[in-house]
Amino acid sequence: MRENASQVLSILEKYGKSQSSLMQILREIQEMEGCIGPDAIDLVCEGLNLPRTKIVGTASFYSFFCLEPRGRYRILFSDNITDRMLGSEALLERMCGKLWLEKGKVSEDSLASVDTTSCTGMCDQGPAILVNNIAITRLDEARVDDICELVRSEVPLDKWPSAFFHVEDNIRRSDVLLSAQGAALEAALEKGSGAILDEIGASGLRGRGGAGFSTAQKWDACRNAQDPEKYVVCNADEGEPGTFKDRVLLTRQAERVFEGMTICAHAVGAKKGMLYLRGEYRYLLENLESTLRKMRLENRLGRRILGRNFDFDIEIHLGAGAYICGEESALIESLEGKRGTPRNRPPFPVTNGYLDHPTVVNNVETFCAAALIVQQGGKWYSTIGTEKSSGTKLLSVSGDCSHPGIYEYPFGVTVRRVLEDCGAQDPRAVQVSGPSGTMISDAEFDRKIAFEDLPTAGAFMVFGQNRDMFEVARNFVHFFAHESCGFCTPCRVGTSLLGNLMDKMHNGHGSTYDFEEIRKLNGILQSMSHCGLGHSACNPVLDAMKKFMPDYEKRLLHKNFTPAFDLDWALQAARQMTGRDDRAAHIERGAQ
Amino acid sequence: MKSFLLDGERISFEEGETILQAAIRAGKYIPHLCFHPEFRPHGSCKLCTVKIAGRQSASCTRLAAEGLEVESETAELNAERLLLTQMLFVEGNHFCPSCEKSGDCQLQATAYHLGMTSAHFDHFYPNRPVDASHPEYLLDFNRCILCSLCVRASRDVDNKNVFALAGRGIATHLVVNARSGKLGDTDFAATDKAASVCPVGVILKKGKGFSVPIGSRTFDKKEIGEWVDTRLKERT
Repeated sequence: MRENASQVLSILEKYGKSQSSLMQILREIQEMEGCIGPDAIDLVCEGLNLPRTKIVGTASFYSFFCLEPRGRYRILFSDNITDRMLGSEALLERMCGKLWLEKGKVSEDSLASVDTTSCTGMCDQGPAILVNNIAITRLDEARVDDICELVRSEVPLDKWPSAFFHVEDNIRRSDVLLSAQGAALEAALEKGSGAILDEIGASGLRGRGGAGFSTAQKWDACRNAQDPEKYVVCNADEGEPGTFKDRVLLTRQAERVFEGMTICAHAVGAKKGMLYLRGEYRYLLENLESTLRKMRLENRLGRRILGRNFDFDIEIHLGAGAYICGEESALIESLEGKRGTPRNRPPFPVTNGYLDHPTVVNNVETFCAAALIVQQGGKWYSTIGTEKSSGTKLLSVSGDCSHPGIYEYPFGVTVRRVLEDCGAQDPRAVQVSGPSGTMISDAEFDRKIAFEDLPTAGAFMVFGQNRDMFEVARNFVHFFAHESCGFCTPCRVGTSLLGNLMDKMHNGHGSTYDFEEIRKLNGILQSMSHCGLGHSACNPVLDAMKKFMPDYEKRLLHKNFTPAFDLDWALQAARQMTGRDDRAAHIERGAQ
Repeated sequence: MKSFLLDGERISFEEGETILQAAIRAGKYIPHLCFHPEFRPHGSCKLCTVKIAGRQSASCTRLAAEGLEVESETAELNAERLLLTQMLFVEGNHFCPSCEKSGDCQLQATAYHLGMTSAHFDHFYPNRPVDASHPEYLLDFNRCILCSLCVRASRDVDNKNVFALAGRGIATHLVVNARSGKLGDTDFAATDKAASVCPVGVILKKGKGFSVPIGSRTFDKKEIGEWVDTRLKERT
């Protein structure tokens, strides 16, 4: 470590020893050293004048930060249900076998570790993994074998075949947003801030992150806030399993996203913007930085933008694996270098956001749409879509269909139409807007994608007739338990209890009693949780119970009460330790 | 003076006060664990949740407002509070009979108050080693309910940051400010506010066990609802 001390110090210098840059400092240290060790923490404590507890508290909150070595190659399998449907579990086992290691443990020679992580946003080209936080797509047996060989011969990651890292955009249907051309910023500055707000107001634009709050109202509130120091934040945390449209927008239309932010800054009077990029999209960072550099050179960012009395610049802040940071107040905490715990609200970010200053937080797609609206007119935009949901929506389609990818539709499109277009054959169910959204059965395929019917942040996961919707719900429940921030009691404990109940059923010990327990947990998660994560954690379980009850019932070996404790199951650990799995090492079901 | 209704009773409040703060000042008990009158509300345990206009809301962080109609002592809310208390019990390792804090413990007293007779859920039995490195104090993390009162006391009163929450979700846990992770290597002192603020039995004084016998302890003599009043009266 000693020889690296000067490098840690230069990282601290690079970020101006600013406490709010803690996450970026930790990330760079880890990229250099493989983990954030105690010596590095000492230097960060001193450099940032922060107590160790703050640094450890922040670092240990995020899945991608390691305080202990996780191997020179840290391999994480995306564990969304769509990855599983493409065979990720067997591939993980194959990799563990080939590398001679146990899932979740570092190999004895500190070479590698293999584990799972929440959806990495590559559902249309899975199964996907992250190797030292860089995305690899389209895994199959051959690719797993190649990777194991590269790891064993310790080939540096940047020498691996570039095909492994190739990420397709898979744009299948474009409408006004994806086919937009030309620059929006010039037109916006010509119009002036009042007119920008009028256009956004006339368009009826609502937030594309899923909640659907009026964009004009948000910008207006921030503009009217007394504090003159204002911020614009783009939420590119895209953590909802099954969603990957922001990844494509940031790949194809990064400049437009930044234009949208700049237009917003001009309208509300902000001088600084931040793009919060999810850690899973680390591979996009260099391209985004170079787009920013280009815009600065063209005087479309920076001081006196396009010769006007308007200064604005954008920084990119990388997340580190925490779904909860998609919640805007948790995202702001994370931007400030803290644990991503949602704040008590009110006050809302528009008046008390980043460092307690008025802050607009919008989704990537919202900023893109705002740029388009200012360019083409709010009235024009409001004629697209439905009355309550104007404009278009990008859908990230994945699962059992022949053409997974990005589909842009005017709001109001039916689920059936999307299913036809993506080549879904005889689908059984669709999960609209990810685990926190709605699971719908074929009886509901005529419902519409719109805020007034099926609101969505963009995920659209298709399930064929052979899919077990209980397993889908169980996967989602474990996702929520893994991503709960742990702040409030009902969500911290409730999501784990829910996961245990679903595992109990999965293991064949479920009984009708458990359904009551699920409803009880749902009640308390909905009424007492601190934020939306807890409120929606039970949705997939309840939706699946309502619409696919046979998938649960077939697991109930006993229709009456069954104790959770099972003698044979309890011997599992002993069997593993002794390496036995023969008949005599089991207690037969009937023999109990 | 402005006022709101708590279970039909008029409670007056000062500008900026939350519902729980105003209720406590008026001598009304709303169950709570992470709230302490001397610290800024945190809002994490959710036990103080009340119902306003049909929606649940944590009363420790919800600002009081003129004319609000607040429900607290209802069967529905107390059933939910009981579930939360049971969740806190199964999440940690709470063996009351052998705990030095038994009878003085707010979690235990709250459980009695809410009529808890079993833990209801399966216990998690987490593995949480004890930290006995400090000469005068012991940390038994098994009983931690993550209320963060010690975090706030050490940060806001002692200006030390001895404690912090680390980890995420069900793995959230208390850590101390030392490279070794041991309390003995921090600047924690017996005179710290953080030494006396734990509502359960995590931060315990060494060398002085059971000096007040079981049966004569705080909540053996007083129901927790009355005790909160006493604490405030002692302060003012």
